[in-house]
Amino acid sequence: MRAVHLPLLLAGLLLTGGAHASVAEHVHASHAWIRVLPGNLPAGAYVTLSNDGDKAIALSGANSTTYSEVMLHQSSSEGGMSRMAMVDSLSVPAHGSAVLAPAGYHLMLTKPMRPVKPGDSVRLILRFTDGSTLATDFLARPANAVDDSH
Amino acid sequence: MKPHHLPRIALLLLLLAAGLLLGGCQRSEPLPLLLTNVSGHMPDLDFKLIDDHGKTVTGADYRGKVVLLYFGYTHCPDVCPLTLAHLHVVMQRLGPLADGARILFVSVDPTRDTPDVMHAYVNAFDPRAVGLTGSPRMVEALVKRYRSSFTREPTSTDGNYEVSHGSAIYLFDRDGRARALATPAASQDDIVHDLHLLLDTGAAP
Repeated sequence: MRAVHLPLLLAGLLLTGGAHASVAEHVHASHAWIRVLPGNLPAGAYVTLSNDGDKAIALSGANSTTYSEVMLHQSSSEGGMSRMAMVDSLSVPAHGSAVLAPAGYHLMLTKPMRPVKPGDSVRLILRFTDGSTLATDFLARPANAVDDSH
Repeated sequence: MKPHHLPRIALLLLLLAAGLLLGGCQRSEPLPLLLTNVSGHMPDLDFKLIDDHGKTVTGADYRGKVVLLYFGYTHCPDVCPLTLAHLHVVMQRLGPLADGARILFVSVDPTRDTPDVMHAYVNAFDPRAVGLTGSPRMVEALVKRYRSSFTREPTSTDGNYEVSHGSAIYLFDRDGRARALATPAASQDDIVHDLHLLLDTGAAP
């Protein structure tokens, strides 16, 4: 009995959980790419988010089945020093956009669970502070790619 | 005879002196660099580090090459790769002349950045990039020499840590003299322009 019930219960819980995580339908992702570095080095992921809704929304991070950890970071260069800091969220204003681009906001992807090569497509589930999500495919680009395709 | 000889010798001496003066003037004439000119204000390129083949190298090993020196670390996912990617584009724009230049990427995280890690890393950017690492003391000596700095930030729960570091790119001529300073935001045009000047200056390869 138990053996039958537990999976059912789990499936039920997962379904309920899924129902709560709505799709961020007013947000559109474009220009999503990852700069792939050799070995298991952390990689930076970039994307432009536009919000055609009437309410601001805020990106809080992302989940991935390819990388163990994804963190929202911001690089800064003040007083001739390069620094990186974790940020809780990045606002995407109503009828506006937010840009994650080199030398600014980015998602830091660490500990790849499989090798990622330039040309691969990597799916990240972007997470917003209101609980909604947006599945986005990121194009893996070589280490020396220059962000010129804006 | 004597009265005829004297003026001739004087004239020769005068010409010689003039030549020396002109030569001297040419040497001290400032290069029309577009980046921040640091000629005479920073020490010559000098260090002792381990290259990405595991070999001990010194500043003297790069005499004859124009050097672009940049501090960073491989676990830096954003600014370091962006800067190196830009320097790769700069090298590409030099065409065959790029062989007269080297990008020296010095790790401010020598604990994680072994020569092997550095080798794979720099080669992902440019064939003329060299990865340099060494003991923390060796790295610190070079960082201090160029009045730069770095700070290891607190380690997170997963054992990862960031290193804040000076973001400048230092340009040296073929004689190892510090010539220009660029920020990561410097225009590629300006860097290419100054590299052309430096490739034309100093000891022939």
